[in-house]
Parts: sequence; structure tokens; C-alpha cells
Amino acid sequence: MSYLYAAYIATWMIHGTYLAILARKYSRIRREMESLKKGVSG
Amino acid sequence: MKRGFPILAIVTALLLSFGLYEALIGAPTERTMGDVQRIFYYHVPSAWTAFLLFLINFAASVTYLIRRNAKADMLALVSAEVGVVFCTVVIVTGPIWARPVWGIWWAPGDIRLTTTLVLWLIYISYLVLRRFSTSGQTAVIAAVVAIFGALDVPLVYFSIWFFRTQHPSPVIGDGGSLDPRMWHVLLINWVAFLCLAWLVCWTRYQLEVAARQVEEAQALQSLHEVSR
Repeated sequence: MSYLYAAYIATWMIHGTYLAILARKYSRIRREMESLKKGVSG
Repeated sequence: MKRGFPILAIVTALLLSFGLYEALIGAPTERTMGDVQRIFYYHVPSAWTAFLLFLINFAASVTYLIRRNAKADMLALVSAEVGVVFCTVVIVTGPIWARPVWGIWWAPGDIRLTTTLVLWLIYISYLVLRRFSTSGQTAVIAAVVAIFGALDVPLVYFSIWFFRTQHPSPVIGDGGSLDPRMWHVLLINWVAFLCLAWLVCWTRYQLEVAARQVEEAQALQSLHEVSR
């Protein structure tokens, strides 16, 4: 049973890690967009 | 798609939960392997999803080489990235299943295992190339690499038909002898993974569009600052 749970946990850890990477990328792009907006208005 | 996104997200979450329940509890226990066989319900649909994404990557790369279309280039990048995620699941869950069933984590020299590992390495190289190359020809070089990578997909898929391998026989086609209840659980999980892949690809595509727009705006801004 432990192998079964290990496989399922590993699967969701892989997907979770990738989603976390996407979330980080999203916040970086958002920050860059805001600084560009500030640059244009300033 | 923007409006349909929350609905598809809810449907995907429900399908994944139902698929998980069916895989762990609903599906019948396999006679010889026992509960460890249930890894199959994540391993096989992940492999099919990865193959499909690599084929999309192939089609998008060919389209990019012919038409130099930025959308095709972005689709190629996104499908390769999400495909690598699913392929990583395959590479990780396979040995976790093999250890209790075969007594070893990996069968060195086995054609199915080796070609899958090579496939994963080709697409990792593809992503490394896209991430770190500063050449203006990166998209073209990446598209060519993707075409070579896609050649490995049928080799991985058909290897268990044409070669003697330790990997289990195919579950579909001539060699398939899967219990209909197991088929049902396998298909539920595949549909759930396809929905997940679609959602993630769509999100990643939007991020790539935004990232390229920011890059262009930054380039324009620095040009503007230089000219002042």
C-alpha cells in the first residue's frame, strides 16, 4: 500500500510544483507590468 | 474560454476527485499484483496525455517552421512544458510500481523504459534550449529539436508491440485484456487528466502572451529612453 500512496502523492507533488512555478511566473509578470505602467505615467 | 474557465475548472476538480476515488476504492483489486496495480490508473493516463501534448508540440513546431507564426511557437512551447510535467509523472510512478512487482526500480536496457527516458530528456533539452538560448533563431532551432523529439513518441508507444520487453503488454488493441471495470476507471482518469492538461495549457499560454507583451514593451521603453 505504501508504494501506491507514494505514487499518488508523487504525482500530485509534481503537478503542484509546476502550478507553483506558474504562480511565481504570474506574479513576476504582474510586477513587471506595474513597473511599466508606472514608467509610462511617471 | 475566459468565461468557461471556472466551469471547466470545477468539472476538472470533480472528475479528478471521482477518478481518484474510483482508482483507490472503486476499481477491483488485481489478483496477482494487488493494490499496487492501482498505480496504473495514474501512470497510463499520464503517459497518453504526455504523448498527445508532444504530438501537439510536433504539429505546432511544423506549423511554425512553415509559417513563422508566433501563436504556433507559443503553442509548441506550452505543449512541450505541460507534456514534460506529465512525462515526469510517468517516469516517477513507473519505478514506484516496478519495485514491488519486479523487485527492481528500473530494468536497464528495456526498450520501453529507455525510449521513455530518452523522450523525457529530449523535451527537457528542448525547454532548456528555449529558456537559456539568446540566439534570434531559438524558436527555429527549438522547432527542429521538437520534430526529432516527436519521432521518439511512436517508438515509445509501439515498442511493446515490436520488441521483447519487461514492460506489461498493451491494454488496448490486440494484446489488451483489461477488465471492463478497470477500463472505466482508466478512461475517467484520462478524461480528468486531459481536462487538467487543457486548463494548465490555457493558463500557461496566456502567461506566455503576457510575458512576450511585457518584453516588447520593455524593449520599446528602453528604445524611448535611449532616444531622449
